Amino acid sequence: MSVTDAELNREVSRPASVAPAIGKPVLSLRNIVKSFGSKKVHQGLSFDLIEGEILAFFGGSGTGKSVVLRTMIGLEKPDSGEILFEGVDITKLTEDELVQIRKKISYIFQNGALFDSMTVYENLAYPLMEHTKLSPEQIDARIKEMLELIGLKGSEKLLPASLSGGMQKRVGAARAIIMKPKVILYDEPTAGLDPFNTQRLLDLMKRIQKREGNTAVFVTHDIPSAFEVADRIAIMYNGKIHTLDTTENVKRSKDPFVQAFLAGEEIK
Amino acid sequence: MLSKDFFRNIGAQFVGGLQFAGGVTALGFDCLKELFRPPFYIRLTLEQMFLIGVKSFSLVTITALATGSVMALQFGYGLEKFGGKLYVPKVMALAFVREMGPVFTSLLVAARIGSGITAEVGSMNVTQQIDAIRALGTNPIKKIVLPRLLATMITLPLLTVMADFIGLFGGMLVTVKELGQTPEFFFTKAVEALTLSDFVMSLFKPFVFAIFIALTACYRGMRTLGGTRGVGDSTTWVVVTTSVFIMVSDFFLTKAFILFVPSPK
Repeated sequence: MSVTDAELNREVSRPASVAPAIGKPVLSLRNIVKSFGSKKVHQGLSFDLIEGEILAFFGGSGTGKSVVLRTMIGLEKPDSGEILFEGVDITKLTEDELVQIRKKISYIFQNGALFDSMTVYENLAYPLMEHTKLSPEQIDARIKEMLELIGLKGSEKLLPASLSGGMQKRVGAARAIIMKPKVILYDEPTAGLDPFNTQRLLDLMKRIQKREGNTAVFVTHDIPSAFEVADRIAIMYNGKIHTLDTTENVKRSKDPFVQAFLAGEEIK
Repeated sequence: MLSKDFFRNIGAQFVGGLQFAGGVTALGFDCLKELFRPPFYIRLTLEQMFLIGVKSFSLVTITALATGSVMALQFGYGLEKFGGKLYVPKVMALAFVREMGPVFTSLLVAARIGSGITAEVGSMNVTQQIDAIRALGTNPIKKIVLPRLLATMITLPLLTVMADFIGLFGGMLVTVKELGQTPEFFFTKAVEALTLSDFVMSLFKPFVFAIFIALTACYRGMRTLGGTRGVGDSTTWVVVTTSVFIMVSDFFLTKAFILFVPSPK
């Protein structure tokens, strides 16, 4: 069933449907406002990330989904609002102070963002060499363990350029989680992947979640993938959270906006 | 009649220039702040010294040798008409150590290293590797900018000293072969002409140029947008800007030296 523009506009202008979160918030965004020049990206974005959950984050193209993730790790500063992590408002921290936060919140870039002049091994060793006093043997053991987890054993000496897109994303994921962060931010991890590699990456996300018990935000356009791995789903519209509920409730939602979004209809 | 666009462009250029000057200065202060705080990436700095210094050596050698030889030839035949052939070693030594060595070496390094740093850092920026450095809890100023800045500040004056000697050596070869002078005469007269302040000037100028080349290249690289084309634009911009800076600031540095460091009579 499709909805008319008038119906949709009526629906999206209603107060957002945000179900109360059950559990202990590990990271909270409060009234985040962010603009780039005259373009307002976030206009009072607020939500809690609950410990141990995977939250899928939807929104149209160019609506600032990746900016939310970048703001959550301090790569972007919001114009106003606060982001609370372990009782600290990270929007007020300096670049030096953010170093401690970034050991606990990790960001998995859409394209992996691997250091292209370093081998897979050196990429994975980077956070350990920077932040730990592990011996070379311990680093070696940890890297081998991670390569086994992502199914890339034996690729230590390869340069990123010789890996496929899916492999690069998996190495990027391994590099981000090697420090055992509390929160993982996935920026469109399945974008551009074929169904086989998409499933591989989703399995990896589930394995990481099961093994480390960390909390994750998963920005995506890929609705089936989000339904497969997410505990809750957030849909952003007009710079705010329009819908935030459990995956089951979002699937069953009668809200015309949600139905239109899930049916892939364009929302202006 | 001049259009509004003309003035808008002038205004945009002016604002862009101010932003660049402010940005590079701020980056310089950030580097100064980070210089004394751990962690220290000594290995990265040594690697950069190798890439900037050792790998530029052959280019600097060939250029200095060729320039020195041509200068000696030109001075020799030019001054011969006025009976001034014997002054070639003195004129060459002063011109090379004060101007040609520092300026030519800096221009070569600006082209080779300035473009290299911008292309590398710019590519890292457009592929989100700089963001990855930050996201992994490390500071790009310490990891990217400081090693390149320190390496350029150390190696460019050293390359200049080598260029001075190699250029004078080239000049000597020509004066011996073409003008019939002896090597002893050349070096005695060259050393006679030079004072300590000339050597200080020869070291100080490339030191200033090195700071500008490295900071400009890193600053522009870290702000590169627009994919491969953006990287190309940034690289060209850095080579042009640093070359112009070297040529223009050379005059003011020379003037300042003449005013504040008078040569002994």
